[in-house]
Amino acid sequence: MTKNEPIRIVLAKLGLDGHDRGLKVVARMLRDAGMEVVYLGLRQTAEMIVTAVEQEDADVVGISMHNAGHLTLAPLIVNALRDAGLDVPVVVGGIVPESDLEAMAKAGVAGVLGPGASAEDVAACVREAVATRGK
Amino acid sequence: MASEDSTINSLVERASEGDRRSVARLLTLVERGGVSAEIIAEATHPLAGKSHVIGITGAPGAGKSTLTASLARDLAESDHTPAVLAVDPSSPLTGGAILGDRVRMEEATEAGAFIRSMATRGHAGGLALAVPGMVRVFDAFGFNPVIIETVGVGQVEVDVASAADTVVVVVTSGWGDAVQANKAGLLEIADLFVVNKADRPGANDARRDLELMIDLSQVTGQAVRRPEIVMTTATEGKGLNELKEAVSEHHQFLIQEDQMSLRRSKRWKAEVRSRLEYLLSEFSKESIDNLEENQESSPSSVANDLAKNLLKKDELG
Repeated sequence: MTKNEPIRIVLAKLGLDGHDRGLKVVARMLRDAGMEVVYLGLRQTAEMIVTAVEQEDADVVGISMHNAGHLTLAPLIVNALRDAGLDVPVVVGGIVPESDLEAMAKAGVAGVLGPGASAEDVAACVREAVATRGK
Repeated sequence: MASEDSTINSLVERASEGDRRSVARLLTLVERGGVSAEIIAEATHPLAGKSHVIGITGAPGAGKSTLTASLARDLAESDHTPAVLAVDPSSPLTGGAILGDRVRMEEATEAGAFIRSMATRGHAGGLALAVPGMVRVFDAFGFNPVIIETVGVGQVEVDVASAADTVVVVVTSGWGDAVQANKAGLLEIADLFVVNKADRPGANDARRDLELMIDLSQVTGQAVRRPEIVMTTATEGKGLNELKEAVSEHHQFLIQEDQMSLRRSKRWKAEVRSRLEYLLSEFSKESIDNLEENQESSPSSVANDLAKNLLKKDELG
């Protein structure tokens, strides 16, 4: 993609995880970083995310997780995108213990953001994920 | 350029075979503008013109997304392949945007509708150039109807939605009295009104004000066909069938009364005009950048000379 085009990110929460305040804050952070945020909101499935990425021609997916399901759900999304033939990185935000970071990276998650992440951290992580897309 | 051509050709080919990912990619390229957008416009123009284009606009919070979503879902469930282009504003400060329409369009998506979110982006006239091109992509690859949903605040947004075959303006109770209704240009473009949130007090007053305004415009002879008013409570699904009927009746009217060709020719001219204005503004930007300042000449004489030069050009860019 050309440099001056805004990054398009699909932002969602999966399954039975109702804490969407963080997601809204992150959406705002990314917007303020000049990105176009396709906001899906709560209770999304892997299939819905794949469809959204496809139709929106998104560059990256952001998933927020606060229910300790990240070790199951993050790989699910990564694989669903890969199986659909979509080369789109996945960034995870929320509560992810440090001991799980390696497993997340192994599962193909492009970046993990914890509760302390600043707006700059969030934007930088997404940009980095997009920049290394397909590498 | 040659590789760009072949990439686009293969995207067009795959899109014709029903590949939605290629359609999405073409939409992105049209939105970006430039040479690719022109090549795509050439490729899709001969294929397009079959779809019913519906514009849905209205004040923020009037319920446009919810109505659009139900309409799209209904259509998808009744053997149509609708596409929705949902336009939301970009932040003028950062250029970013939060595009939240898909939240309400889950069922429509599941039923098979193609939903595309779009930010207005900053560039002047960009929206007026991109939207018709994106609608043409949907049209060319079999999506019918194509619904454009915009917030009716900026002139460009209103123009974009009004460049449709059927224009639906959504209002709610308490949107203003009859005087406001006359002032607002938004209301003059409507083929069809929806008074949403009809369960709220004041909905009937809103309807009455609209009726009055329509009466007046009938007297002054502006309207060809009296716009119908549909009362809906979108969140409860009330009035949605009536809306669908009214949209389809308007479509029939356009076809039967030979109004369709009139609309299409207006739209065609409007698009030529947007494109021409864009080219001219690019030319003037470039001219100003390259201008050697000579304050002894008057600004108007310099502008005249530049314009004369332009008219002699035989190539663009």
